[in-house]
Amino acid sequence: MLIPHPLLGLRDAQEFTYLGDARLIERPTSGDEADLAEYVFQRDNPAGLHRELWFHEQGDRSWLVVTRNTLTHEILGAELARDVALARKEGTA
Amino acid sequence: MKFSGFRVFAEALRGHKGWKPLWRDPAPQSEYDVIIVGGGGHGLATAFYLAEVHGIRKVAVLEKGWLGSGNIGRNTTIIRSNYLLPGNQPFYEFSMKLWEGLEQAINFNAMVSQRGILNLYHSDGQRDAYRRRGNAMHLTGAGAELLDQDAVRRMYPWLNFENARFPIKGGLLQRRAGTARHDGVAWGYARAADLRGVDIIQNCEVTGFRIENGRVQGVETNRGTIGAKKVGVAVAGSSSRVMAQAGLRLPIESHVLQAFVTEGLKPAIDGVITFGAGHFYVSQSDKGGLVFGGDIDGYNSYAQRGNLPVVEDVLEGGMALMPRIGRARLLRSWAGLMDMSMDGSPIIDRTPVDGLYLNAGWCYGGFKATPASGYAFAHLLATDTPHETATAYRLDRFARGYVIDEKGVGAQPNLH
Repeated sequence: MLIPHPLLGLRDAQEFTYLGDARLIERPTSGDEADLAEYVFQRDNPAGLHRELWFHEQGDRSWLVVTRNTLTHEILGAELARDVALARKEGTA
Repeated sequence: MKFSGFRVFAEALRGHKGWKPLWRDPAPQSEYDVIIVGGGGHGLATAFYLAEVHGIRKVAVLEKGWLGSGNIGRNTTIIRSNYLLPGNQPFYEFSMKLWEGLEQAINFNAMVSQRGILNLYHSDGQRDAYRRRGNAMHLTGAGAELLDQDAVRRMYPWLNFENARFPIKGGLLQRRAGTARHDGVAWGYARAADLRGVDIIQNCEVTGFRIENGRVQGVETNRGTIGAKKVGVAVAGSSSRVMAQAGLRLPIESHVLQAFVTEGLKPAIDGVITFGAGHFYVSQSDKGGLVFGGDIDGYNSYAQRGNLPVVEDVLEGGMALMPRIGRARLLRSWAGLMDMSMDGSPIIDRTPVDGLYLNAGWCYGGFKATPASGYAFAHLLATDTPHETATAYRLDRFARGYVIDEKGVGAQPNLH
C-alpha cells in the first residue's frame, strides 16, 4: 500500500505504524468514566471506507488521517492529523 | 450412517457406491428454538452441543456462504492449551480435553494428532516467563516441560541454534498439544449436529434482526424471515457488521491474517514449533506441506487478502528459525478475517438485547478453542448462565476494568 503523504508524496505504508480509527482524536473531556470506556474500547469497525490514524515513524514522524477502503485496501486520501484536529476545534468553538 | 473401519472395508468391496451426503440441505422452517448465525467451527460446535448436551434439537445454523468457507478452513490447524492467565487457561485446557475425545463424540476422523508444541526461548528473561507460564499450565493439568538447549537439540538438531541475534536457548514443550484436520472438524461437527436434528442452512445471509421491546424475535435473511426464541451469533471477523444490525458497537477490530503452505515434502517436522524471537509457527501437514504463519497485517481489513510486507516478514522469521525452509517452494498463501478484541481474549456472553447472544473476539486463536467455545456457548444459550470455564469472557469486562490481556499491550488490537 502507498500512502499519499500531504507533504512528502507517495510513501510505502511500511514506513508507518498503524493506530486505528481516526475518532481516537476525539478524546472525551467530560470526565465521565462510561464515556472514556466507550472511547478506549468500542469501535465502529466498518467494512468499506475507514478514516484511520497512521504515524510516519520511519519518515517525518507526522500523524496522518488516511481514508482507506477496508474491503479492497484502496487508499483514497491522506491529511495531516494536526489539520483534522484543528479544523475540528474550530468547528466546535 | 455410522463410520467405522468395517464400513470402509465393506464399501471398498462395493465400489464405494454406498456413501451418502454427510448432512441434509433443508429449507428453513418458520420458527426455531435457537438460531446460530455463522456455520463455521464455533457455530457448528455450538449446535452440536446444544443438541447433544442440552437436548435442544430445534436448532438452525445459518451460513452466508458454504460450510467451512471461513476461518475454520483457513487456519494453521494448531491445537494447544498453553495460556497464562486464570481467565483463559482453564477454558483452553477444557478445550484440549474435548479435542482428546472429539472423534469418539462426533464419530468422525478429525485427525487429531497430539504431536506436541515447542515454544522456543532465546534469552534468560524469556526462559523465566516460560517457566511461569509452564507453572500456570500445570495448575490446570495441561502439562508442560521446560527444555534446555541440549534437549531441544535432540528433538530438532537442524534448528538455527547459533543465530547471531536470537540464539535458541531452549523451549517450553506441551506434549498434549498438536494439530487437527481443520475442515474435518467442520464437517464432523456439521454431520453430528445434522444427525441430531439440527438444520444446517447454507447460502443464507442474515440481513437484520427482528427485535421487539428489547427482545429478539428472529432474524431477517435473504431466504425470508425466520423466527427464534434465542439467537446466537458466532461470525468471527464479521461480528461488528452483524451486531451493528442489532445496534451494537463492539470492542473489536477486524484484521487480516495470512497463512502459507509449501509443496509436499518428506517428513521433516513431527511437531509444532514456534519461534520466540519473531512471530512464526510451523507444522507439517499429513500431505507433507509445511504449514506456517506469523503476524497479522496490522490494519483494519475485510479483504480476506493480505499484502506482501507481511509475507516477507513471515518468511524472514522462518529463515531465521530453520534456514532449510529456504529450499522449499511456497505453494499457496491465503488470508482470513480476525475478530481482534481489545484485550486479545474472546467474548462469550449475553448482549443488551434479550435473547441475543454473542461469541466473538477470538483474535487469531479461535481454532484451538472450537470445541470449548461451542460447549460454553451452548451452555450459555441453554441455561442463561456462563459455563464454569468461560465466566471471565464477559462483554462488559472492558468498561468494568477486568480485561484479560495475555500480552499486556493494552487496548491496541493489532498488537495482540
